[in-house]
Amino acid sequence: MASQTIYNPKIELMPRDQLQLLQQYRLRNTVQHLYDHSPFYKKRLDEAGVAPEQIKTLDDLRRLPFTIKYDLRDNYPDGIFSAPTEQIVRYHVSSGTTGKPTVVGCTRHDLDMWSECVARSLGAAGCTQKDIAQIAYGYGLFTGGLGLHDGCELFGMTVIPASSGNTSRQLMLMQDLNPTVLCCTPSYALYLGEALQKQGISPDELSLRIGIFGAEPWTEEMRKRIEQLLGIDAMDIYGLSETSGPGVAVECIEAKHGLHFWEDNFIFEILDPETLEPMPDGEYGELVITTINRTGMPTLRYRTRDITRIIPEPCTCGRTHRRIDRLKGRSDDMLIIRGVNVFPSQIESVLAGLKGIMPHYRIIVDRKNNLDTLDIEVELAPDMPLDEVRTVEKLRSEIEKGIHATLGLAANVHLVQPNTIERSEGKAKRVTDLRKVYD
Amino acid sequence: MFIRQISVFIENRKGRLAEFCRLLGENGIDMVAVTIADTTSFGILRAIVDDTDKAVKVLREANYAVTVTEVLAVAIDDEPGGLAVALEKLRDAGISVEYLYSFVRHVGDQCVILFRVDDPTHAIKVFNEGGVRLLSFDEVISYR
Repeated sequence: MASQTIYNPKIELMPRDQLQLLQQYRLRNTVQHLYDHSPFYKKRLDEAGVAPEQIKTLDDLRRLPFTIKYDLRDNYPDGIFSAPTEQIVRYHVSSGTTGKPTVVGCTRHDLDMWSECVARSLGAAGCTQKDIAQIAYGYGLFTGGLGLHDGCELFGMTVIPASSGNTSRQLMLMQDLNPTVLCCTPSYALYLGEALQKQGISPDELSLRIGIFGAEPWTEEMRKRIEQLLGIDAMDIYGLSETSGPGVAVECIEAKHGLHFWEDNFIFEILDPETLEPMPDGEYGELVITTINRTGMPTLRYRTRDITRIIPEPCTCGRTHRRIDRLKGRSDDMLIIRGVNVFPSQIESVLAGLKGIMPHYRIIVDRKNNLDTLDIEVELAPDMPLDEVRTVEKLRSEIEKGIHATLGLAANVHLVQPNTIERSEGKAKRVTDLRKVYD
Repeated sequence: MFIRQISVFIENRKGRLAEFCRLLGENGIDMVAVTIADTTSFGILRAIVDDTDKAVKVLREANYAVTVTEVLAVAIDDEPGGLAVALEKLRDAGISVEYLYSFVRHVGDQCVILFRVDDPTHAIKVFNEGGVRLLSFDEVISYR
């Protein structure tokens, strides 16, 4: 059995009946808080005919309205917040479904709760206070970098805030500062591993022993490959900005099977994405999360669109917080490209604003040398004034710039002849994902 | 005096050009002159055909992006410096050439050059006054 640190034994090992009482108490408080401080949720609750005092037990959760990504967009930037700006200490921003991104506001309390979740996650994943973490998630609007950073510091580790990119510098830091823990996306871990191999650096020459990998789906096959290349235990961490960030759930080093969901702060449900009825334990459905320990922007029954299942059996590590399985897919068309959430509708909104093209496009996502590639084919309009090469080149580069501005990702745009993108039922078949990101 | 030219977007893929030519051939459309401006991902094919309207219709039906552009055709002395004479006249008049391509057939001791310039009306005047012989669409076509 691998050694582990239980960061908060009182909570992590709390008997389930007590844990459920805590959840119930916090759920009631959250609903009351939202009713009193969020005009958005007051309206939603009134529409659903639910008064806060009617929420008594966990069973009453099912009476609450859902929250979807569109709600955050429609109330951009802070219409869903439930704390005044003077109490918000940080914003995080992630991709929206069209044009405008999604803004998340955190109070001091929210950041503390989040950091604690990350700290617990690090302990569960096998880290100790002696560890040195190289954080190669992007720092900035994305929750990955700062989330892991705060959590590692709270946990008491030494932090190397490397941020993402600049692979040669990452390798230098690994060799010179002897980090024992690597935090990044799994695809970047694979990329780093292969870069090491190319340079003839054996994992034995490094001190790495654990990887904390998240922000995108990955497979058992990728885990084996990363572990072999870097000589580490590669651990899966889950989270999303709408409910905090990384650290909502994590694998423990003991079972390395399923991610413990920090149920004192988040209530999760697994629902049929069509009927929104609960799935029996152990069966796959959409993960829906209610945050019950946030003040800046709690979300009721947030539909993550991630497909997973409950692992009902108690875990050998002793933690009482139940586990969800490795993500199996999405119940919408969102893609995760280089750790960035991408909705085809975002690309569509860029194209809709440009002349000379048709609203038909095809997105091709692939992974070359462990880096995701994004290619977009766009049909030219049949009467596009295309006599000049530079007119056509300008159009192409306008599309690329628009996509970069909207997604924050570089895409290769290919103009194609009109009506040549395959249609099914009149609509273009929009996404071809050649990567294998789900088991 | 304008010659109607078709400009067609051709994806940079094997066989696309052959497909295009076969399509015109099957529809009895004759290309009088043709040139391609290429980039790494696509080409713009420009051609003078004997039936411009039919070509546009046939091409659009076959999913080609096509546009009609007006160019000028002039007869140039087929001797060293022949083209320079015409170009110098444009330069002196402050007219820019966007592109040009030559037309391989001969008219006596002259050959045909197709021009796209930024100010075609002005260019016609310059050529006329400078003694450069402009050709009509029918003349261009008749050189087949």
